[in-house]
Amino acid sequence: MFQPIIVVVGNGMVGYKFCEKLLAKSSHFNIIVFGEESRIAYDRVHLSEYFNGKTASDLSLSTESWYADNGIKLHLNDPVQEINRVEKIIHSLKGFTVKYDYLVLATGSSAFVPDIPGVEKEGVFVYRTIDDLDLIKNYAVNARVGAVMGGGLLGLEAAKALIDLGIEETHVIEFAPRLMPRQIDSVGSGMLLSKLKSLGLNIHLNKNTAAFVGEHKIEALKFNDDTSLPIDMMVISAGIRPRDELAKLAGLHTGTRGGIIVNEKMQTSDECIFAIGECALYESMIYGLVAPGYEMADVVASYLSGNEKGFYGYDMSTKLKLIGVDVASFGDAFIAEPDCRTIVFENTHKGVYKRINISNDGKYLLGGILIGDADAYNMLLQTVNNKIALPPSPEDLILGSRGGEVNEGAGVMSLPDDALICSCEAVSKSAICSAVNDGACSVDDIKKCTKAGTGCGGCIPLVKDLVVGIMKANGQYVKNVICEHFEYSRQELFDLVKINKVKNYDLVLDHFGKGDGCEVCKPAVASILSSLWNDVIVKQDTIQDSNDRYLANIQKGGTYSVVPRIPGGEITPDKLIVIGQVAKKYGLYTKITGGQRIDMFGAHVNDLPEIWEELIDAGFESGHAYGKALRTVKSCVGSTWCRFGLHDSVSFAIEIEERYKGIRAPHKIKGGVSGCIRECAEAQSKDFGIIATEKGWNLYVCGNGGSKPQHAQLLAADVDNETCIKYIDRFLMFYIKTADPLTRTATWLNKMEGGMSYLKNVVINDSLGIAEKLDEEMQQLVDTYHCEWKEVVENPALRKRFAHFVNAPEEKDPSVKFEAMREQVKAKW
Amino acid sequence: MGTTTTVDIEWVLACYTDDVPENGGACVKHGDEQIALYNFSRRGEWYATQNLCPHKQQMVLSRGMIGSTGDDCTPKVACPFHKKAFSLISGACLTGEDYQIKTYPVKVTDGKVYIGIV
Repeated sequence: MFQPIIVVVGNGMVGYKFCEKLLAKSSHFNIIVFGEESRIAYDRVHLSEYFNGKTASDLSLSTESWYADNGIKLHLNDPVQEINRVEKIIHSLKGFTVKYDYLVLATGSSAFVPDIPGVEKEGVFVYRTIDDLDLIKNYAVNARVGAVMGGGLLGLEAAKALIDLGIEETHVIEFAPRLMPRQIDSVGSGMLLSKLKSLGLNIHLNKNTAAFVGEHKIEALKFNDDTSLPIDMMVISAGIRPRDELAKLAGLHTGTRGGIIVNEKMQTSDECIFAIGECALYESMIYGLVAPGYEMADVVASYLSGNEKGFYGYDMSTKLKLIGVDVASFGDAFIAEPDCRTIVFENTHKGVYKRINISNDGKYLLGGILIGDADAYNMLLQTVNNKIALPPSPEDLILGSRGGEVNEGAGVMSLPDDALICSCEAVSKSAICSAVNDGACSVDDIKKCTKAGTGCGGCIPLVKDLVVGIMKANGQYVKNVICEHFEYSRQELFDLVKINKVKNYDLVLDHFGKGDGCEVCKPAVASILSSLWNDVIVKQDTIQDSNDRYLANIQKGGTYSVVPRIPGGEITPDKLIVIGQVAKKYGLYTKITGGQRIDMFGAHVNDLPEIWEELIDAGFESGHAYGKALRTVKSCVGSTWCRFGLHDSVSFAIEIEERYKGIRAPHKIKGGVSGCIRECAEAQSKDFGIIATEKGWNLYVCGNGGSKPQHAQLLAADVDNETCIKYIDRFLMFYIKTADPLTRTATWLNKMEGGMSYLKNVVINDSLGIAEKLDEEMQQLVDTYHCEWKEVVENPALRKRFAHFVNAPEEKDPSVKFEAMREQVKAKW
Repeated sequence: MGTTTTVDIEWVLACYTDDVPENGGACVKHGDEQIALYNFSRRGEWYATQNLCPHKQQMVLSRGMIGSTGDDCTPKVACPFHKKAFSLISGACLTGEDYQIKTYPVKVTDGKVYIGIV
């Protein structure tokens, strides 16, 4: 059978998506892909995440075997050099000559590098590919000051990358009078500017760079106004240029400012050659976003498989997070009075700016801009795109409903069926509805069966609201359950296990669950059993998360870390010496933790019992750094030494840490005690924090550091030691009994109806009549404390579990490797 | 059609049944190879897979939690690093990615566990 040959030039996101779409529509083609880079297609939208932990393989969109499995011949590292349109042949750099029936150009774009003297100097980079990122990363090691040329979307992303790389001082140079001129207006830009400045970014507007100065490598920027700025490295991100050189060489029509001219079928001036993505110029416009690129890919794939559709422009609305600041623009963001009416909300204190443009008759939303808080973006975009009639007070759209009934979730349900929910994958509301009606009941299910949310991910909150909304509308009971094996919430299961006095996982599963369990319910039930009966957790080792199973934190490369408890951060010189000796003997890397203790990294699983035996002999106990349990109670030095100290914060911290050590909870718990209002122990960022006052202690609860920092709130003021402990007892026990799995106290409180005043009532005024019970239950946990490492060290059967090879227990994992770093070791993998 | 292909399986003695924790795994050394062996005692079944998690190339699958998923109760293991889950029968990744791990047949005779190497 005749199989037309399709040659795809370019293996970026759009080229890859084209292959995927064509395969989904037809198997009658013979696809050959040429890519210039050495990597298979990867996610360029999230490129900056390469600098905060994602690897090249995380960013990869596919695997090499995917191409092979689908019969696609892939040539990497081999750009196409020439197109012979008469004979329909391409020539590649490596010398391949391939005949095509159809040619698809997905050559993308390159960074625009302005012609400034000195641009060739060492230390000047562009920001487009993973290879560029590697070069930047290596150079940044020795750089202190970095600058980015360009204050647009990509420039700010590059600035974020420099910050992530640890560059001490980052500058953004923009020659226009404002940031992101294509997406946001000048007021919004001003708000973004002050927000970014407060986050430590140095921004220079109206600056025209005249030269890059330096001997061989860049040392400074010289501007047109005769000022200069000393820098160590420079990233140019001043715009993109479509890669149209191959098309030009082949005599295809291109635009005067670049781009391969295409019609609505994405056909170039040669009807057998198509151009898609950032190299294509449709009606004098380059579409520099991924979603329109995917749509172009779909147009060509449809055309080739016999279902014609057209490309007629695309919504360029965007939402992104720049250095932690939400920025969104949608619909017609710039239309102004008298062509519309504008509603603006500005809060310079919080750095929030919102603008919506509505039609003069007040009926429709035309577009808008959101800075600092873009939660409403998805719904606003849907309101524009689907021409949904506005409510009588359209300001509610950006201010929220102030007073009156709040009807949560009604918003998404009122969208029309053809509303586009995921624009990357072109998934409509009706597609999601039918997926839910066919049995999908979570965002993950929807991702699998419709692909919605797998592109930029921006629509996921909307998808989630939709799934819940549809299920509710169908009369399906939306229940907060642990996993597929238990139809109960954690709190319900906690009560069932308690009332029925069940003490092991298999019995819990037999009585209250189904199936064979999983990695979600096993540790959740383990935590419940532990909070109720406080038995040695390793007796049921295989239901514990890996860290709890080996009583140590698993680290990169498969080794573990060892953290003995150092209550209140107080330690004797003799104990310090023991830690040093043990670390030396077992070749461990040592570091002071944020919780005022010492972490030893790089222990082989086989060595753990011996290491702990030595530590226990010297009087140490487990620090539970691996558990969802009390970690540390951090303290300042307090009144014993400090001239400001009001009370002895160290003694109180030690007393409290000793009291709650070992207690298992839905998540980890941290505490702090400060001896005065200067708050050196940072107690207000802890799950419970205690600060000395003239009259006693102030007790704060439900604070959190982490990714969403939250200050603890005052629970009780000026209480004595005994009352303080009583309130913490009740607070912790109430949390342990009622929180969802893996929920910190801050999130638990945020979800609690009535919030802090409700919690105060329960803990202090005993509004539920359970205070006595909570006191008893906590006392029982305190009384049954045991050091679980001591139990293991003294029990040969438990010790035996700490081997890497079951059939060669003496041998260590040969795949574990270390390399030297600053006179210590680090994992090599 | 009608013919049986015989595959040579070498049965390697791995350990004794009580060496592997109930409803958990252990790692078996076979030359330079590391094989994760699972004692799914709740179902009275044994499974074996490669020990390397293909996601971040970590030798840890034997330390993962096992369980089941779906209406047909497909047995699975979840990597302790990032909770990528794999079918213990087919080795296919169950968390939506394209990974595939190697599986091995297991037989138990007289309290001894053997892993089949093809």
